[in-house]
Amino acid sequence: MFSDEALGPVNIQSLWRKSQQSAQESKSCQTRAVHSAEAEVQSVYTAISGTQTETQDQTEQLFHQNCDETELPGLRDFLLRVEDMVIRELVGNASSHAFDGFQVNWEDYSLQVSRLHCLEHPSAQEKGLHVTSVSWSCTGAVIACAYGRIDNGDWSTERSYVCTWNLDRRGLRSKQADLVIDVPTAVTALSCHPDQPALIAGGLYNGEVVVWDTSRTQDPILAQTGMSADSHREPVYQVAWVPQEKKGEFWVLSASSGGRVLLWILDSDQGKLVLNAAYALVRQQVPHSSSSFKARGNSKVGVTSLALSPWDPDTFLVGSEGGLLLRCSFSSQTPAAVASEGQSVTLRAPAVFSFRPRSGPIHSVHYSPFHRNLFVSAGTDGLAHLHSLLQPNPLLSLRVSESYVFQVQWSPTRPLVFAAATGQGEVQIFDLGCRSLRPVATIEQGAAGEAATCLAFNQQNPHLLAVGKTDGTISIWQLSADLTEQSPRESSQLEQIANQVAE
Amino acid sequence: MAEVEETLKRIQSQKGVQGIIIANSEGIPIKTTLDNSSTVQYAALIHQLVMKARSTIRDMDPQNDLTFLRVRSKKNEIMIAPDKDYFLIVIQNPSD
Repeated sequence: MFSDEALGPVNIQSLWRKSQQSAQESKSCQTRAVHSAEAEVQSVYTAISGTQTETQDQTEQLFHQNCDETELPGLRDFLLRVEDMVIRELVGNASSHAFDGFQVNWEDYSLQVSRLHCLEHPSAQEKGLHVTSVSWSCTGAVIACAYGRIDNGDWSTERSYVCTWNLDRRGLRSKQADLVIDVPTAVTALSCHPDQPALIAGGLYNGEVVVWDTSRTQDPILAQTGMSADSHREPVYQVAWVPQEKKGEFWVLSASSGGRVLLWILDSDQGKLVLNAAYALVRQQVPHSSSSFKARGNSKVGVTSLALSPWDPDTFLVGSEGGLLLRCSFSSQTPAAVASEGQSVTLRAPAVFSFRPRSGPIHSVHYSPFHRNLFVSAGTDGLAHLHSLLQPNPLLSLRVSESYVFQVQWSPTRPLVFAAATGQGEVQIFDLGCRSLRPVATIEQGAAGEAATCLAFNQQNPHLLAVGKTDGTISIWQLSADLTEQSPRESSQLEQIANQVAE
Repeated sequence: MAEVEETLKRIQSQKGVQGIIIANSEGIPIKTTLDNSSTVQYAALIHQLVMKARSTIRDMDPQNDLTFLRVRSKKNEIMIAPDKDYFLIVIQNPSD
């Protein structure tokens, strides 16, 4: 069972070297590629800024608007809450008549018209001079008065005076004026400067226009026209200060019976009034509004009264010796139909509209300070006519006096009230709010037959009224409260009157 | 905010209304239809008046309070609606 087995040799080759070699098997590894990048950065500095200023109101409003949007919670609710109540009250109030005619008397105003002062200048009275014009200074404290004559038309060389009294001064002496300016001839017109208390413009009987400065004690004449080709040759019946566009600058306007209205620039350095514009009124150039008026040749329209519009700087009114009442324009360029008499400026014809002529000289015209279309005129026929600028016929005609009316003036505080100085010596005060066309007050003092020639309301103290008379006295009256206190619906009543259509 | 404007317009359209001011509780104007200086003046002065009127009412009766104030003058009437945070001033000329 058992046999020998010859087994073949088994060779095993040495792996020594090989294994040595195999150990040298090389391996390699590599990291992933590193990415690199370059970047650059740079800053550029630019800036644009702007700013603008706005008027204060706008910024204010802007501010308000911003507030509204951001930080006003509850405003809407508040308004919604109160709106109904407020509107209810407003409507009720507008339709209520509970306060009609209701007036509170806070101050102890007098119910009577009384005379406070009677001012006189004895040396003028000795000569029998009349007071021709009174004017309050712009402060309302000083009354200036001019002496002259209204009765004779003779050329005279009688000396005359301009006097001023300061009513606020302690120890006012009624027979001794604070300042007396001697004037070589009668003074026919006077007007105090609207801004400067020391300046007074005056017109003389010989046609000169003078500006006095009462603060200069030595020589009060600040400027005068002298007797030149430019000046008036007949009595100056009215002077007025005309406001210019530049604030605080005033020129002097003068009107004379020679048919000239002249505008002067005050040149105080040279002591002269320099003619700036000249207007001549002749009959044939008057616009005719009514057929009753007949033109008669080339005759001058003697100007006796003048009024400046407080509303329209281009317009002035002129009343004439022949009863003509004209609306005139400063900017008129129509040359006047008169031969030049050597004046330095061209004469122009200013009349643009003619109101119905009156039967006698018109002594006074005055614009209402409360309505741009209303004015009042008065003259020798004793009637005061209330006119609208838009209609040739008067809206109202009031019988003031049986005698002449020398001056009418509206109250500075009551739209419906005006006063008229009459040849019989009274001052009649009319209230258009009263149904009757009779005066509400008559101021009378002293001898009858001494005419009241001029009057002036005081703009600063509206309860004062100055009245000048032919006996040489100036009375200062204190007006009662009902003549100075405006009642609630007065302006609308005036508006109604102005909107009437004349018959 | 349009609503506020609408309300003011409605009030302004009433008869005779001359101006409206809304001021805050310190009397500083917030909205106005008047010019700058009169707005500031009205608001400041009326604020004082409202405060005085309110304290008068409250001093007399602590349970009571001011709800509306009307001031009649010769030229116009001022109506004031007060509130915690604001007050409304309306100036009216009833005879216009």
